Amino acid sequence: MKRLTPEEIVEYFNDKLKENIKDTKIERKTAGKKKNEFCTVWLKVDKSVFKDAVRELCGIDFPHFAVASGSDMGDYIELMYHFSVYYGERLKEISITISVDLPKTDLRIDSICDIIPGALISEREIQEMLGIKVEGIPDNRRIFLPEDFPEGVYPWRKDEKGPQNLVRDMYE
Amino acid sequence: MSEKTTYTLPIGPIHPALKEPVAFEFETEGERIINVDFHVGHVHRGIEWIGMHRNPVQILYIAERICGICNICHPIAFCRAVENAAGIEVPERADYIRVIMAELERIHSHILWAGVAAHEIGFDTVLHLSWAMREKVLDLIEYLTGNRITKAIMAVGGVRRDITENQYPTINSALNYYKENLDTIKSVFLDDKSIQMRAKNCGILTKEDALKLCAVGPTTRASGVKKDVRVDQAYCAYGDLNIDYMTPDLLTGEVNGDVYDRIVVRLLEVEQSIDLIEQCIDMLPAGDIMAEPKIPKLLAMLKKVEGDGIGRAEAPRGEVIHYVKLKAGDAPFTWKVRAPTYNNLLPWVPMLLGEEVADIPIVAASTDPCLSCTNRAIVIKGNKREVLDNEALHRMSVEKTRRLAL
Repeated sequence: MKRLTPEEIVEYFNDKLKENIKDTKIERKTAGKKKNEFCTVWLKVDKSVFKDAVRELCGIDFPHFAVASGSDMGDYIELMYHFSVYYGERLKEISITISVDLPKTDLRIDSICDIIPGALISEREIQEMLGIKVEGIPDNRRIFLPEDFPEGVYPWRKDEKGPQNLVRDMYE
Repeated sequence: MSEKTTYTLPIGPIHPALKEPVAFEFETEGERIINVDFHVGHVHRGIEWIGMHRNPVQILYIAERICGICNICHPIAFCRAVENAAGIEVPERADYIRVIMAELERIHSHILWAGVAAHEIGFDTVLHLSWAMREKVLDLIEYLTGNRITKAIMAVGGVRRDITENQYPTINSALNYYKENLDTIKSVFLDDKSIQMRAKNCGILTKEDALKLCAVGPTTRASGVKKDVRVDQAYCAYGDLNIDYMTPDLLTGEVNGDVYDRIVVRLLEVEQSIDLIEQCIDMLPAGDIMAEPKIPKLLAMLKKVEGDGIGRAEAPRGEVIHYVKLKAGDAPFTWKVRAPTYNNLLPWVPMLLGEEVADIPIVAASTDPCLSCTNRAIVIKGNKREVLDNEALHRMSVEKTRRLAL
């Protein structure tokens, strides 16, 4: 497949996943004296096609998966999977972030470990830090939290399931 | 016929290779490792949570203390994430100074790693040789920033200290020192028979595994994957410089993905860093070093920003990525930090499978330049526990080198 520009990447996803692409943004930044450009593509997809979006991404180039981040936005949790493609050639890398909103009434997402095995640590992390169920995860254990950490408390959450009470107790 | 049983060998949480605690569990059949599992998180300090209650300028101080060695690349990644979210243009001069600082950090980190790797296989003369060499770059860092280790030079929108022309002679003399002496350390590592025997064909990571497991830094480059944020992206001044991926075939003509190749890549990168600093000094543009030198004004501006930003940087061990979500208010709404070792955890499994117990220290150490001490390891045989302490495991490794050398 030929190398796509950031605009073509957005078009490619719009073609493949149609109305399930909720929002797109291309961010361009320059640096140094020569003002070479670096692009970040932000894609927001519907949760029903999240895994398809990752599969389509692999159709462009085998992506480097950096990490998943999550924000508690009140009624829903916004998950962001940070990827990059076209590394391995001078100044050609494009950063692609696929984000998905999960309503708090249904905190489930598909595992992508069968496509990118290196995503395992991030998936274990979002399970314990946000209380999201990653379906089909090959290793269900906690990763960073200790075994005696209370059940039902999720450190990245900003609601009543967050760690506020634990933190207050630290000073007692 | 007797039934074959396997032993489980736990190592850690204070373990042979990293300064951060990680606990390993090895299933062994005799000396061979047949299964690997690890537990991390013993020092999960909730740094991101602390950050989400502070403003971006205060976070810089925390970001600098995420890691004792990577205290340039974490602040660079954090600053870039905030700058990208807020649309701050960094002055050209600051971009160049950032590169100089990041490369000085790489030189000191790689030489530190080389010394500890040598210690792990019982080659303590090389430890002393390389750490003595490392002093020179620490002196230079102190001369330029005022601090040997925690450099406190990054700022949102630039750098805090300038490099002036009257400092050039000191910089040049330190760089010349490395140019003259690096060959000594290169020949010790690359031509010595004992190091070759311990490092070649040991702890192999295939290119396919490196890609699939998303390995980063010298670990992935030693397996032949061309992945280096400095080359892939235009960030700081790297887009202007003459720079290429350092893969082991540049020196040896082949890629094996073993411990030896990881040594080769790091030594090549020290040379590369010296070259990059020289290029930066030659091309250093004039001008400001801060986009907004008045901190209260900068904070007032950042308070109003709404948006997401990603900052990537190439640390000595690989790609660092920081993500921030800014919403109206003092503190960032979300701050996510991902250090290179996070991605280099899973590759340990294919590297260690099939290796001997005595190879654990050097293989585990080969992904990461920080190596402190094995505190203890316990061999469980049925209900009996036999404790292998730091010295015992280290002795096994040293004995293996001696056996091979005889």
